[in-house]
Amino acid sequence: MASQDVLFEFLHHEIVAYCNSKSKKEKEDVSELEYIGFACGYRIIERLTKDWPRFKEELDMLKFLCTDFWSSIYQRQVDNLRTNHQGVYVLFDNEFRFLSRISEGNQYLEFAPQYVSYTCGLIRGALANLGITCIVTAEVHLMPACRFHIQVQKS
Amino acid sequence: MARQTTKLDTKKVSAELFTLTYGALVTRLLKDYENIDDVNKQLERMGYNIGIRLIEDFLAKTNCGRCYDFRDTAEKIQLAFRTYLGVFPQVSNWSAANDEFSLLFDNNPLTEFVELPDHCLNLKYSNIFAGILRGACEMVQMEVTSWFVQDQLKGDNITELRIKFIKKLEDAIPVGED
Repeated sequence: MASQDVLFEFLHHEIVAYCNSKSKKEKEDVSELEYIGFACGYRIIERLTKDWPRFKEELDMLKFLCTDFWSSIYQRQVDNLRTNHQGVYVLFDNEFRFLSRISEGNQYLEFAPQYVSYTCGLIRGALANLGITCIVTAEVHLMPACRFHIQVQKS
Repeated sequence: MARQTTKLDTKKVSAELFTLTYGALVTRLLKDYENIDDVNKQLERMGYNIGIRLIEDFLAKTNCGRCYDFRDTAEKIQLAFRTYLGVFPQVSNWSAANDEFSLLFDNNPLTEFVELPDHCLNLKYSNIFAGILRGACEMVQMEVTSWFVQDQLKGDNITELRIKFIKKLEDAIPVGED
């Protein structure tokens, strides 16, 4: 792994730990983390797509997210992208980076939400800036695999 | 998903995302704490936590041996900045006793997209560096402290981080080792 990514990973850990310590009362509160992700996603996508050809349709944007965007950040592309062509997309990452440092299996499954919400926000922010309003949720059954569900809100 | 190559500059993207994420964190902290000094402290603490882990990665990657004097350490710190952030700080302004030096940054990757608003002038935006250095050095039995003397965010020409050696942490060495 490149050195800069190590630093990014540690920073992510610290943010998770910090948001955790802040939200002791409601243990499942990951909205702060999600929001940090959103803010980053919203900003970074604008810089990335500056010189990019215009996307023709929704699916193109999702593909961009799964290939170029994902591989710049997580060093690998999304393993699989599925859609029902009615605004629901599911991204499969079988080796999600932020979960790869946690022991495999389901022993620590309860902590998984904290480690995926930043990325949920990141996706939501990126799509928001591309003009897609959506809800992003994540699903972890067995670490380090992770699924991200994207539900586009039709206006 | 057949296409493997990307037109994006991967390195630059992850560096920018790092910068943005750090910025979002600082913004969050500013909202959570009323007192800016507390924000500085919290950033330092987070840096410390990163530092104590980062040193291990650094030693594994660079194969660095023991430092013979503080000048040696300074070089290693400089190397660490180059490895992890891609910046080349200059080492200068040594004190007469060789226990204090400055790192001069022409550009600071953390502050690339940042402007400080007027009510945040006390904020040590990059204070995470101070924490990282303290944490990393502590793990190799050195107590150091560091602080910003000049900061481009506050209108100075360069960013200057001053690092001071305090003492060798003898007690931290496990029994039976030199």
